[in-house]
Amino acid sequence: MYVKQISVFIENSPGKLADFTRLLGDNGIDLVSLSIADTTNFGILRGIVADYEKAVQIIESAGYTVCLTDVLAVTVPDKPGGLADILLLLSENEIAIEYLYSFVRNKGSNALIVFRVADIDKAQDILRAHHVNFLSQEEICNV
Amino acid sequence: MENIIFNPAAETLSRDEIHEIQSRELRDVTRRVYDNVPFYRKKMDALGVKPEDIKTAEDIKYLPFTEKSDLRDNYPFGLFAAPQEQIVRVHASSGTTGKPTVAGYTQYDLDMWAELMARSLSCAGVNKKSIVHVAYGYGLFTGGLGAHYGAERIGATVIPVSGGNTQRQLMLLKDFGATALACTPSYAMNLADAMEREGMDMSQLKLEAGVFGAEPWSEHMREQLETRLHIKAFDVYGLTEMMGPGVAMDCVERCGLHVWEDHFLPEIIDEDLQPLPRNTEGELVITTLTKQGMPLLRYRTHDLSSLDDRPCACGRTHVRMRRVKARTDDMLIIRGVNVFPSQIEHSLLKIPGIAPQYQIVVDRKGSLDTVEVQVELDRTLIGDTVRDLEALNKRIVGQLASDVLISCQVKLCQPGSLPRSEGKAKRVIDNRK
Repeated sequence: MYVKQISVFIENSPGKLADFTRLLGDNGIDLVSLSIADTTNFGILRGIVADYEKAVQIIESAGYTVCLTDVLAVTVPDKPGGLADILLLLSENEIAIEYLYSFVRNKGSNALIVFRVADIDKAQDILRAHHVNFLSQEEICNV
Repeated sequence: MENIIFNPAAETLSRDEIHEIQSRELRDVTRRVYDNVPFYRKKMDALGVKPEDIKTAEDIKYLPFTEKSDLRDNYPFGLFAAPQEQIVRVHASSGTTGKPTVAGYTQYDLDMWAELMARSLSCAGVNKKSIVHVAYGYGLFTGGLGAHYGAERIGATVIPVSGGNTQRQLMLLKDFGATALACTPSYAMNLADAMEREGMDMSQLKLEAGVFGAEPWSEHMREQLETRLHIKAFDVYGLTEMMGPGVAMDCVERCGLHVWEDHFLPEIIDEDLQPLPRNTEGELVITTLTKQGMPLLRYRTHDLSSLDDRPCACGRTHVRMRRVKARTDDMLIIRGVNVFPSQIEHSLLKIPGIAPQYQIVVDRKGSLDTVEVQVELDRTLIGDTVRDLEALNKRIVGQLASDVLISCQVKLCQPGSLPRSEGKAKRVIDNRK
């Protein structure tokens, strides 16, 4: 159960991020999750939206560089050590994590973790075998 | 600074004698290229000009021009007028696209080049007792070997250091006691920076003269080099297509560079390719009169200059070209390397993930030219990790280093973010001036 994440190249200069989020807002696109990897010159904005196909079309026609990436989204108990257990499972199986980010939609509930790994099928099998709870695109957007 | 004329008989000919030599040599070179180079035969036939129509130097106006693109179209050896067994050396510089501009030399040409470079270095006071530190690159680039053979012809002591390794250059300059330095002006500035950083005392050096060329440099830079290095700085002009450095040279009078007219016939033309009178600015066009390996008729240098044949106080009678400050095309000279924006475009097209929209920002940080190539990404992101984009950046840097021979920084940009005027991107921003 993969989740499609949009990844967008944003130059690291004043106003660029504002321009981009304005574009989403004007088109009624809600970013359910958001993370930005930044370097001196540029950032990569990663986010999950409900209708990713429509989002890509809008972003692309507005002139941005964008791609869709398969990521895994799991729920983790929102308590100390919650994430460590999952990461240990992956490292024991030598699955490298490209990046991850978390978000919590409601206070006190589970934390949601989105991550991209080198071998997504293997990661999913292992986590599933350990009863880790996955979320679908729809579930995330309706949390 | 002593005014030494290396070859007084040749360098102080009367204007009439120069005219007579040029007329004779022009008849000869026209005949040679017509008989030996199909490219010129075709061009002259198309214009309806026969070698026998050329009688005096003024008749040059009937001859066809040669463009840099003609060299590319006849790459690598198509414009050679001598059979390959007589070609003893080849040099090359960057061309407008991926292929370099090639020049071939016979033994006669190398001897002539050494003579002209000897005349040029003498203008800067170099003599038998001089020690000449050559920090121009040795290799396909004409700078190193050109200066080298000229200094040897004079009988000076040559230190063939070539470019790079600044620390070692400083040590050798000091220990060997060089009296003349030959390199690009930007590298000379770099050496001056390094000396100041090291706290080197200029009185430890014996440098008296600098012979700087291969890129345009300003009077301001000349003043800086003279003050910082405690030298007299001279401008030497040349281009691979003509021979290399030593086509023209500054003298102590500093009123333009003497073009060695017994071997080259310079003209100035306007935008409609019409010849301009003396002391009028236009594009410098040069014909090689005596070259055997690759003679070129009316080669368009795209350098802006003017010619002055009024007497020069140094005693040399050869016409003076004003120092080149600008060009008529978009060629950039970066650390002595010729760079055409079209080359960069050509190179970028090979790399997936980016659009052929780019901007080149050239700057001078301290004394060294820096280049930033800003490239717009394609609509589809090639990877969504920082590592993916850093790899793309590195690949572009590597491709430009191998195709265009420049080391630069690359900045990835959003599609459509580079400024465009009238639909076309402004390709070059040169902040060095």
